[in-house]
Amino acid sequence: MVWVNQDKCAIVGVGATKYYVRGQSWPRTINDMICEAVIKACDDAGLSVEQIDGFAYYSTASAGYGEKMDTATFMEMLGIPEVGFSAAITSGGGGSAGSMGLATAALMNGDTKYCITVMGLQQYHKRLGLAYSLSEPDAQSSFLQPSGLVGPGHLMSVLFRRHMHLYGTRREALAEIVISQRENAIPRETAVRRNPLTVEEYFQSPMLADPHCRLDYCLETDGAVAVITTTSDRAKDLKQKPVYIHGAAHGGRHEWGRAFAWMGMPTDEYFASSGHKPVGQRLWDMSGVGPQDMDVALIYDHFSSMVLMQLEDYGFCKKGEGGPFVESGAVRYKGGSIPVNTHGGQLSEGYIIGMTHIREAVEQLRGVAVNQVKDAEFALCTGGPAHLPVSGCVLRR
Amino acid sequence: MSLKAVAIPGEHIKINTDPYTEPFWQKAKQGILTAAQCGACGHFRMPPTSYCPKCRSQDTKWPDLPGTGTVYSYVVCHKAPFAGIPDFTYIPVVVDLDGAPGARLVTNLFDIDPEEVTIGMKVKVEFNPIQDDWMLPIFRPA
Repeated sequence: MVWVNQDKCAIVGVGATKYYVRGQSWPRTINDMICEAVIKACDDAGLSVEQIDGFAYYSTASAGYGEKMDTATFMEMLGIPEVGFSAAITSGGGGSAGSMGLATAALMNGDTKYCITVMGLQQYHKRLGLAYSLSEPDAQSSFLQPSGLVGPGHLMSVLFRRHMHLYGTRREALAEIVISQRENAIPRETAVRRNPLTVEEYFQSPMLADPHCRLDYCLETDGAVAVITTTSDRAKDLKQKPVYIHGAAHGGRHEWGRAFAWMGMPTDEYFASSGHKPVGQRLWDMSGVGPQDMDVALIYDHFSSMVLMQLEDYGFCKKGEGGPFVESGAVRYKGGSIPVNTHGGQLSEGYIIGMTHIREAVEQLRGVAVNQVKDAEFALCTGGPAHLPVSGCVLRR
Repeated sequence: MSLKAVAIPGEHIKINTDPYTEPFWQKAKQGILTAAQCGACGHFRMPPTSYCPKCRSQDTKWPDLPGTGTVYSYVVCHKAPFAGIPDFTYIPVVVDLDGAPGARLVTNLFDIDPEEVTIGMKVKVEFNPIQDDWMLPIFRPA
């Protein structure tokens, strides 16, 4: 059944700082960068900052690990007079795309008129990638950390190894994901990595957790990205062409659960996956469209193998066929059947925990993207395969 | 031929326990591999948690397992997992435990050439002394 709130809300403003290599944003603070993104998003929408009256976060309103996003602080810093909504999707980057659903719930409930979703990352003091290994394990992670799986890229490598075993998936497929996204980053001034990359260079990249080499890991960057959502009625009066929230879902099934933090996924269908299939199915059901209708896919790419497994879980190809599908060139901006991560993604442009994907979807659907997909009408955005909830959204021009 | 994978030096490994996980570690101290099993319905769950997800019972048994298992998946790492020690090769591995259907352990496989590791191979437990007098179950080829 089609979602009762379909196209009732829209993204009307986007703002971002530049993306800095990890730590290089210092001495800027994380709140400084977040406020810059919010102010720019308001300018983009044609709104005054004082009209903002809601915050729909994800990642438990944490900014990476260790830093918190705090509505009262933002109100104080930016002079926001009153808010009627301030809530977050739980867990981590899995909820990034689903935050558009949280914002819709808030807007349709009348709690807020102009709602901010924002993420910032500042890794001068603490590297996100080392968050697991630097902290002493608790009673649960004592069943994980002693194995030397020191970070998410190591952990997800275990899942991809099983995928290789089951389906004969090759590292060449990961090379294609990494190289195609790098191609997309080359013309983009926002991108941190813009040098062309060859297959030979991919295979020379240091192996960090075989089968994942360094180039399979996303960048470590600093920066902030904010978007403003409002109801479609209000959106008509604003500066930009609205980008409608056509569907948004977060959640997931017990069989995926804590995912690579427990490794207990009972069947291969779940273990060698991104955990997104149930959310993907719900997203297609509620939106009334399917993978064949998408013009561009902004797939959360903390690790290249998770792009491949999400393509399967969202039905762009059959389960187990992600390798050959990717190797056929299907995800290329130029000549692919479904251009993926046309902004270069977190592997090559910048990593702000999923928000760069929403930004790119908006630019594609406004028709102003650097790597514009001609006449793009529908975009899929996904959140990070991780600890539940995971999420996805379909945006429409 | 690459170097054999080794166990991670135990003096760098620390664990913490809570009342629902400690029986696992107490048995390991005695050289016994166990897993949490529901006392009501027999369902195994790992890591140990305070309720059975099948029947919500809190009655938990800790059966002695044979200490063997099957490699479900693995990765090969060549960099030391902690700063300040020389690099070495180690193999994080997910093991399906014999005698505890559905229970897995995330552990290490050692004393094997990384090229020889295969999914589905049989492995057997050994115990690696770690900080605070705990023993960590790790595996070698059976």
